[in-house]
Amino acid sequence: MKKTLISATALMVAMSGTAMAGTLETVQERGAVQCGVTSGVPGFSVPDDKGNWKGLDVDLCRAVAAAVLGDDSKVKYVPLTAKERFTALASGEIDMLSRVTTWTQTRDTQLGLNFAGVNYYDGQGFLVKKELGLKSVKELDGATVCVQSGTTTELNMADYFRTHGISYTPVVFDTNDQAAQAFDSGRCDSFTTDLSQAAGLRTRMQDPSSVGALPEVISKEPLGPVVRQGDDQWFNIVKWTHNAMLNAEELGLTSANVDDKKANSTDPNVKRLLGLDGPKGKGLGLNDDWAYQIVKQVGNYGEAYERNVGKDSPLGLDRGINALWNQGGLQYAPPMR
Amino acid sequence: MSSDIPNSGHKPDGGSKQPKASPASRPKFWNDPQKRSLLFQTLLIASLGFFFYSVIDNTLTNLEQRGITTGFDFLTQEAGFGISMTLIDYTEASSYGATFVVGLLNTVLVAVLGIIAATILGFIIGVARLSDNWLISKIAAAYIETFRNLPLLLQIFFWYFAVLQTLPHPRQSLEFLGSFFNNRGLITPAPVPEDGFGLVWGALVVACVASWLMSRWAHKRQDLTGQQFPIFWASVGLIIGLPLLMFLLAGAPMSIDHPELKGFNFRGGLTIIPELIALWLALSIYTAAFIAETVRAGILAVSHGQTEAASALGLSKGKTLRFIVIPQAMRVIIPPLTSQYLNLTKNSSLATAVGYPDLVSVFAGTTLNQTGQAIEVIAMTMTVYLTLSLLTSLFMNWYNARMQLTER
Repeated sequence: MKKTLISATALMVAMSGTAMAGTLETVQERGAVQCGVTSGVPGFSVPDDKGNWKGLDVDLCRAVAAAVLGDDSKVKYVPLTAKERFTALASGEIDMLSRVTTWTQTRDTQLGLNFAGVNYYDGQGFLVKKELGLKSVKELDGATVCVQSGTTTELNMADYFRTHGISYTPVVFDTNDQAAQAFDSGRCDSFTTDLSQAAGLRTRMQDPSSVGALPEVISKEPLGPVVRQGDDQWFNIVKWTHNAMLNAEELGLTSANVDDKKANSTDPNVKRLLGLDGPKGKGLGLNDDWAYQIVKQVGNYGEAYERNVGKDSPLGLDRGINALWNQGGLQYAPPMR
Repeated sequence: MSSDIPNSGHKPDGGSKQPKASPASRPKFWNDPQKRSLLFQTLLIASLGFFFYSVIDNTLTNLEQRGITTGFDFLTQEAGFGISMTLIDYTEASSYGATFVVGLLNTVLVAVLGIIAATILGFIIGVARLSDNWLISKIAAAYIETFRNLPLLLQIFFWYFAVLQTLPHPRQSLEFLGSFFNNRGLITPAPVPEDGFGLVWGALVVACVASWLMSRWAHKRQDLTGQQFPIFWASVGLIIGLPLLMFLLAGAPMSIDHPELKGFNFRGGLTIIPELIALWLALSIYTAAFIAETVRAGILAVSHGQTEAASALGLSKGKTLRFIVIPQAMRVIIPPLTSQYLNLTKNSSLATAVGYPDLVSVFAGTTLNQTGQAIEVIAMTMTVYLTLSLLTSLFMNWYNARMQLTER
């Protein structure tokens, strides 16, 4: 709440002043990317036991820092609740938002934001205690449902229950963590959120094996990084950082083999991506080796996926629709030429 | 009034003639302090006006440039999200304007409940703190020192997560007198008024007016004759008895809606959600500790001679407290008490931490996020708190003026 108020005041101050400098110059001058993340969603952005931020969304922040500043550690993470995030971005408190944020028309067109791509295709589901023996969301009539405030989740649930004539009582919390905790302690019969986050939060419950997801996926949740509208250069940088990670995976470039490929590869696609040839970094206002730095320091999209949410992580999610387009998924990046 | 006294500066100017200064001796306008201050004040107002104009104009222009929607049109748009507790009819199809009203009423509800409970509890603890009984006074002291020195947010979390969420599941509810207590809250049978219940309300109003008239009569009689009348018990009897009589005469026009366990939760009855209970308990208990200290200070401010004089006149301890000490202590108590009421109202915005749907949680939370119109929403929310606080102050100032000693 307090942060919202501060951001709103900052927004008022920022908006009443004159035009801002370009984000790229600001970041270069500061020597760090200020990146808005969650206050703790396993797999996407969560601090580990040493206080280092880890996750798929965090890797995108690191990739932008690697591209812009040549050092993936030059990121300042700003944990935000769902309620605070857009105001924080609009007021200039952060340079980019990488915080499991669903791309919707309202957000894209009315809030002064631009979505720079989709780094995770998600959908909303419901967690319930297995002992209730439920088979479908439609059996939730009369249930109390815990949910996080200020998310598309809240609206999707209302829409879905309304169209199916199911009565329910929402109990709304500030963070997903609190909502999950309240569900765990029995305040609610069900907990609803995006399935990927549900998988992460489930691992933190008292007895994860007693909690299961209902089969229905009630919405489309394309999650992606967000920047302020009106700064096309910065928008391009974030967009092409994500695209470079996807293209690197498609071309088989990993953090392990990128040095070797840079020295030896004759593939023109690889040479263009690594900045030896082709468009290089000029159009983005970056060094020519910007994409090389991303792959070298952070890795390609597949690497980031597997270590944070995929088979090398406690979440163990399949690639599913987040596989590359040529492997049956939806992740598809425009070519770099 | 004579008109030949020279200009003294203290004279009312009605019709009196001033000796005219000759045009030559009239000072330049920048040497005339009155005109000069007028000039500077005009300049100040103009520049302030320009400052605010440019701030607002700049904001609007920049918001438009960034493609952020402005204005209050969103208030009529469909909200599309559910709220767990509403005092008015509200569905997902209601407007964002309705979410504002829902949040506002929930804030007012918890603030009023909290103020009542904190005042009663605070007075009891405050008086107990001064008790001659060692145990009572130490218990009151321990209460004050504990609750006053713990952060309010922690206390809210304590009541919510440590106390209420350890209650049993609806299926194993604690049951008493047809009510159920579980981790979904307190579910009680709800009275449903039927035709003819209006008469009972009417009787209540009549009883209130009658007891007011009676108390005036009793005061007058006591002033004239010195005879006392048991006004308190007579009023209680009237206010409870008359509506009850009317209720029975009208043939008990009320049915009871009993809660029933169906599926996941209880259906029917009246549900008081645990978020409200937790917030109310925490706010009342926390603020009561401060009120108790205020009450203690107020009572100590009344000189001991007053108590001695009262006991010399043969007044009992209870009567001394009621008629001599408290009325004089109130003068000292009321101003800081007002601040405590204001604090409680503003602290109720911590509701958002436990999911109680107050104004900050619903309107400055979900509505703000869904519409993205931060400036409008925050401005409206601030206006509400400002208005609530000013109304509380206004009322307390009026009450304070009434409680002042009338000098005789």
